[in-house]
Amino acid sequence: MSKISRRKLLGGGAAAGAALPILHGLVPHEGLHRAIEGASASDGAHVADAPHEEVHGGFGPGFEGPDVDHAANGFNPTELVRDFDEGRTRRLVSGRVLREWELMAVDKEIEVGPGIHFPAWTYNGRVPGPTLRCREGERLRIRFGNGSSHPHTIHFHGIHPAFMDGVPGIGEGQGGGVIQPGESFTYEFEAEPFGLHLYHCHTNPLSAHIHKGLYGAFIVDPRDSRPEADELVMVMNGFDTNFDASNEVYAINTVGFHYMREPIRVRRDELVRIYLVNVLEFDQINSFHVHANFFHYYPTGTSLEPTELTDTIVQGQGQRGILELRFPYPGRYMFHAHKTEFAELGWMGLFEVT
Amino acid sequence: MEARAATETALGRLPTWVLGLVPLALIAAAVLIFEALGGPGLGERTGPPVEELAVERTVLHPGEIELAVRNDGPDPVQIAQVIVSDSYVAFDSSDADLGRLESTTLDIPYPWIEGEAYEILMVTSTGATIDHEIPAAAETPEADAGFFGLMALLGLYVGVIPVSMGMLWLPFVRRVGEVWLRTLIAFTIGLLAFLAIDSTLEGIEIASESTQTFGGAALVLLGGAASFVALAAVDAGLSARGERARQAGAAGAYLALLVAIGIGLHNLGEGLAIGSAYAAGALALGAFLVVGFALHNTTEGLAIVAPLAEGRPALRRLMALGLIAGAPAILGAWIGAAAFNASLVAFLLGAGAGAIVQVMWQLVPAIRDAAGRALNPASAAGVLAGLAVLYVTSLLVSV
Repeated sequence: MSKISRRKLLGGGAAAGAALPILHGLVPHEGLHRAIEGASASDGAHVADAPHEEVHGGFGPGFEGPDVDHAANGFNPTELVRDFDEGRTRRLVSGRVLREWELMAVDKEIEVGPGIHFPAWTYNGRVPGPTLRCREGERLRIRFGNGSSHPHTIHFHGIHPAFMDGVPGIGEGQGGGVIQPGESFTYEFEAEPFGLHLYHCHTNPLSAHIHKGLYGAFIVDPRDSRPEADELVMVMNGFDTNFDASNEVYAINTVGFHYMREPIRVRRDELVRIYLVNVLEFDQINSFHVHANFFHYYPTGTSLEPTELTDTIVQGQGQRGILELRFPYPGRYMFHAHKTEFAELGWMGLFEVT
Repeated sequence: MEARAATETALGRLPTWVLGLVPLALIAAAVLIFEALGGPGLGERTGPPVEELAVERTVLHPGEIELAVRNDGPDPVQIAQVIVSDSYVAFDSSDADLGRLESTTLDIPYPWIEGEAYEILMVTSTGATIDHEIPAAAETPEADAGFFGLMALLGLYVGVIPVSMGMLWLPFVRRVGEVWLRTLIAFTIGLLAFLAIDSTLEGIEIASESTQTFGGAALVLLGGAASFVALAAVDAGLSARGERARQAGAAGAYLALLVAIGIGLHNLGEGLAIGSAYAAGALALGAFLVVGFALHNTTEGLAIVAPLAEGRPALRRLMALGLIAGAPAILGAWIGAAAFNASLVAFLLGAGAGAIVQVMWQLVPAIRDAAGRALNPASAAGVLAGLAVLYVTSLLVSV
């Protein structure tokens, strides 16, 4: 749509109140249209002709211009949302399973919105770091190498001895604590309790070491698996690109508005399970809302019984939980932070149900 | 000694202009070599790029915000995204990749609401943000005939008419005695002093609101110095050409013209203030504003005719003086309500102030008493009265 014609349409929209219902479908979703056109160009799907009646307000918020350079970033949120890293396993003589991962801290510039670059600190070159997945009762071994130019740690949420906690000043004598650039350390502990947890750097100043990108989801499956489902991981994060202690971009899985451009495709009536983690720095209270549907909520995932059937939940920083839902109708359904500011600064997306 | 003499002889054979050019050529060559070698010894810059943008113009149409943006920092700036009141928005731009001093226009579709405040953040490729406030949104007037007519009418009301009416003091000025005339001219000097101060401050204010690349407030002072010196040179040229003509009243006519030009540039600033306030929706168009400006500017007419006490200028010439002093208010209102280059306007206001100071300088001999004192009791009272009158009437108008 050219500049001139859009201006005309907008002028018409403002002038003719009677025509508003028609224009509502046509004009005000400019940002969304762009996002959708971008998606259809990149993944070749016919999404532009799908109904999109779910947008809040008149002018759809969104980014201008082409998509971010996922190849340069080294990760794509479309793949990341279903990417679970189960590491390497082998059976110990005792019969227990030993599960191993290697994590490397790397300084890397990433694009968090089209054209907006952020000097991130990452685990394995991606933000969020790999979604580490294991089973309750396994022995876990995480070899951490610090390839960054700053000291870092990995602090796991879970149950483990003090010197495995990845915190400055604790366990330094046993090689733990802060890991200096070029050095390494192997964290080792039991996978407990089952549930959805997280890991992040705990070096001071803490807010910098978290918001720069050093975090990820940590899933401990129960001994008896949860029911079969289409599983998604969503890490709610944000980026303070101008370093004023507030975020300019909010997102799930790093790139703002990504799932507006490339909706998450799910099957009608199939069970969808979302592992939702909030690591947002600066404005720590985050939320999740899905349109036209309700979900069962399992706080921290530590119980197999849901506590609530709802469509909106709130999480403080470090809080997490598992959501389970089925979409009974085809179409596009928004999900976003029910804090409008976060939503309009990037934390919104779409499910596409087919 | 001999070597030096030889050098002098060798140099002496070269034409003077070549000698003048040699250092310039050497400097140019040095700069080129320095550039070609990439600034040897200086190394890479340290620290992140300095990204600065100045919003030179804000235009609001229904459903659309338009910003004219210039990169006035030392480094290139790439506008990656735009946030309006905490929401990313789509925008159109011919080129959002701005080199030093380059400018672009951002067209932002946005359903702004009359009277509300908006904060616009331009997010650059490095994630830095540059913000621009719209304190109270109001539709930018369309530049149609009706709008230009209204601005012309305002300019006529506050500029041409009051100044021309003030010039009706001419017969009075001709009749008063010598002491009274001196006091009147001193009064004029007081008026002019106020206008010079006012123009300078106005210029500095306008300069500070926009890009600083072209000098900012320094432009006002440079404009003042340039016009002062240029007019002094013109005056020196005139007096050299014919002392006789000066005595026959030509000096008075010349002074009156200078006063008119200086006041005209000042009124350009007043028109500008009115026009830009109107464009921003911040102007209460009312009788009070017009009456205030009229009172304020009537005395300017007196300032123009005071130097004409001895001559017998033609009516046509008087009308021309009135237009020179008053009509720029119309022009200013047009410019102010449309887009304008703040740097140029600041320079012009400075030039106006410089012209006014030059006139004051030239009027000083006319207020000397028999003993040759410029600041005698009568003239001092006149100067103070002039300052006071414009100060008080200026309180009637604040745009």
